[in-house]
Formats: sequence, C-alpha cells, structure tokens
Amino acid sequence: MDFANFGRVSFTRQGKVAQFADYLSEDKFMTTKCESCGRSFFPPRQDCPYCISSDIEWVKVKGPGKLLAFTTVYYGPSGFENDTPYTLGIAEFENGIKVLGRVSKNIDIKDIKIGMELKLIPVKLDNERVSYEMKP
Amino acid sequence: MKDVAIVGVGQSVFSRNCGMSIRELCFEPYKEALEGIDLSPKDIDASIICSAPEYDKQRSPAALMSEYLGLTPKPTFYVESICSSSSSGIRVAWSMIKSGLHNVIGVIGFQKMSELASREVAEVMGRGDDTMFGSPLGTSMPAGYAMYAQAHSAKYGTTEEDLARIRVKNSFYGAMNPKATYRKSLSLEEILSSEIICSPLKKFDCCANADGSSCIIVANSDKAKKITDKPIWIMGLGMGTAELNWCVRSSTTSLDSVKEAARQAYEMASLGPEDIDVAEVHDCFTISEILAYEDLGFAKPGEGVKLIKDKETYVGGRIPVNIDGGLLSKGHPIGATGGSQVRTIVKQLRGEAGEAQVEDAKVGLVHNVGGVGTYANVTILGR
Repeated sequence: MDFANFGRVSFTRQGKVAQFADYLSEDKFMTTKCESCGRSFFPPRQDCPYCISSDIEWVKVKGPGKLLAFTTVYYGPSGFENDTPYTLGIAEFENGIKVLGRVSKNIDIKDIKIGMELKLIPVKLDNERVSYEMKP
Repeated sequence: MKDVAIVGVGQSVFSRNCGMSIRELCFEPYKEALEGIDLSPKDIDASIICSAPEYDKQRSPAALMSEYLGLTPKPTFYVESICSSSSSGIRVAWSMIKSGLHNVIGVIGFQKMSELASREVAEVMGRGDDTMFGSPLGTSMPAGYAMYAQAHSAKYGTTEEDLARIRVKNSFYGAMNPKATYRKSLSLEEILSSEIICSPLKKFDCCANADGSSCIIVANSDKAKKITDKPIWIMGLGMGTAELNWCVRSSTTSLDSVKEAARQAYEMASLGPEDIDVAEVHDCFTISEILAYEDLGFAKPGEGVKLIKDKETYVGGRIPVNIDGGLLSKGHPIGATGGSQVRTIVKQLRGEAGEAQVEDAKVGLVHNVGGVGTYANVTILGR
C-alpha cells in the first residue's frame, strides 16, 4: 500500500516501513524490532541507531496499554476542521513501547483519564484511508 | 567568561499585522540596535538571518536582508531551529567570534505570520511534528503542550487556575511594554472563561502569532569595549534537542532538551539557578513557563506552581520571569522571539528596563525553545 493512505491527511508517500499501513488495512497493529539488540520501536523504523543495523522484524504490539497524557483538540490544523473535537493521547504498552494516537470518539471525553487502560485498534477512514485508535 | 559580548539590541513593535514587507520589518530592530553605540554598518563582518521557513514566500531570505541592511558583500547565511532560531543564531555568532573568524556579527531574527491565514499557520505548525507518524493524526503545537499540561496536572495536581496565574502575571507586565502586541492586563476570570483550544489550554493560555523582528549585535572583547561602555557578556550557552516524536520521549512532565541546555549553560558560566537575577522563559503556552521553572532548576519538579502562587516570579520576588510580558503578551513572531528575549535581558542588565527594572540585576538567563520542546537554547548573560 501507498503510505499516503495513512491518517486523515498524509505528507509522506513512500518509506521502507510503509508496511505499517498495509498491516493496518489487514486489521493488525504492528511495529518493528531490531533483530540484533531486540529493542522494539514506535514509530516503526527500518534502522536501529544503537546497532547501526537495518535488520528488523515486524512484531505485534500487545495491549492493553496505559494512558500517560492526552488532550482534546477543539481547534485543529488544516484538514482536520471537520474532525474536531478529537482526543490525542500517548499510551505505554508492553516492552516500554509508547504510541501516540487518537482516543476513540466512542468514549465520552469526560471519561478519559490518565492511567486508564487502552487497546490499539486499526480503523478504516473514508476513501480507503487507514489509521488506528485507542479504546478500552 | 568575558570574551564575547552583546553590544547592540533592538526589536520591532510586535503586532498582528505589521503592514510592511519582511525587509522593512528587519530594518527597524537594526536601526534600534545601532542607536547610541559607536559602530558603523561597514564594521559588521557578517550577518546571520534567522526565521522559520514557510511563513512568507521569500526563498533564502538572508541575501535579501543583507542587501537591504547594506551588509553586502560580507558573508550572510540562514539559521533555523523554528521558534528558537535567533538564539541558535546567537550561538553560531558566538562560535564565529570566539574562533577569531569574525569580530562583529549581526544576528537578525524575523517572522511575518500575517501573510498566512491563522489556520494555514496551524497547518505549517502541525508539520513541525513528524510528518510521517504525527501530523497525519492532527497534531499541533498547542496539542503537544496541552498533553504536557494534562500529565503535569495528573502527576502534581497543577490546576487550570495555576496555569491562568502565569497569564495574569505576564499580561500585567505586557501592559507596560510598548512593543507588545497585547498591552492589557487580564483577570483570572477572563483567562479561565476563554474558549478551549486543546484541553486544558484555553485561548488565553496560548500566545498569538505575530509579525516582528529582532537584532542582536555580537562582538569580541576588544571591539566591544570600543563600541559601547555597557557591553553585556555571554557567560554561558547551552543547547539541547528532544526527539521530534513526543511518544519516544522519556517524560510527559518535563523536557530533557531544556534540562540538557541548562546544564551546559550553567556549567559554562560556572553559575547555578540561584545566581540568576532575572529570566526570560519561552512561555508559548502557560504550561511552558511552569515546565521552564522546573527544568531550569528555579523550582523542584512539581513545585513550579508554588513560584507563581507566591508571586516569586514578579518584580520584587525571588526570580522575576518574563517581566516584559513574555510571548503571551508580546506575541510570538517565531524567528524574532529569541532576539527579543535577549534584548529584554540586556536592557535589564544595563539598567534600562524602565518600569519593570529589577534592581541591580547582574546576571540574566534566556530560555528559548523551538517546537514542542524540540530545540532548547539557554543563554546566560552578565554585566
């Protein structure tokens, strides 16, 4: 898949880790792990800066994670005007992997709390675009 | 260390719409910086032009500014670290003077943000995040700092009122600054009842886009003493960088980039936070000033709020901060901001700060951050 299909508005067409978007379209949330030192990364990356190695494998991010920080956006950047309000959050998963993502709009904003448990769910947007969100 | 000095400072009036071109905007602070000092433009050996790209259509603005300010055929080039650009420019100027390559350098910062609609500006700023994995989700500068605010609140109990107190202080001093965009004192109630931008940050927790420019003239020791009888010395410089992706960072309640920059600057100056008489910190949002108190060591982690509650950062307090109104009152013309902060501290150390003068200020600190804590410059200045 073209990486340009990732997210609501995309700015990048190609990448060695464009498979991230393919996995989302197959309903999987995957990231990369260095085969040499075993470190897992998010965002996914093809190259390990610790080993200066490009040998990576794709691994599933296991949940649930714990919400570390969030904000509900009422005034969004261009391309997101019709999306507001939406909540962005950072959650920590197994192996210390931290993920920035949208918190599902199915959760009442006032019920979103730091420390709450969330899972990563791939989602399909309009026009065959893919993304993911976090929900309990 | 007294080997590289600031000999001239200037800034334009910051405003929502300056009604002039970027070259004319840059002439104003240049003129002010040269006022009252013994320096002619032909003795400026090089210029460094600082702004964030994409807010105006001029590609590679350095040559245009060099031409308009009459600095050709001397070297000029562009330095960028978003909102921290002009502090990065001063860092480069220090290095070129310290190395002996040049004697006198002009650092000019500018931004004309009124060329773009506010929402377009928000789009440009959104692309200050990782455009591959962050921006496609709808991130923005206020969203980034709002997450720090939310996490700081959960960990330390920081309230929306605590955040608003920062704006109350900065608006109080902004009212005294003839070069500020907003010159009106705001009440706690006015701030708390303003519309939400990114929870918990409201309109008045956020600085505004503005047009503006700044000019800082830096010289070596021999030249500085001939140019002015009030040279202000660059005692310490520090710079740190945080991961662009917020989720990769180690903390959601403090900024490692700032802590690293502060560590370097204090070490170079052989000074500590207790030695600082007056400071300018990068209050792009109210939470940013509280994080700065803690990351610069003015307060322990989680105790930044106490400083503002006890009015310790007002004139007369333990460490006055942003007593020119800060970015919150002045407005934030990205590339000009660092130079404006340096100008305020230089005027304080020269004893020329007027109404907001801190009595006998000897050492001042400037904290200037680019992006959501991404690039951090800390500069310590002394008489």
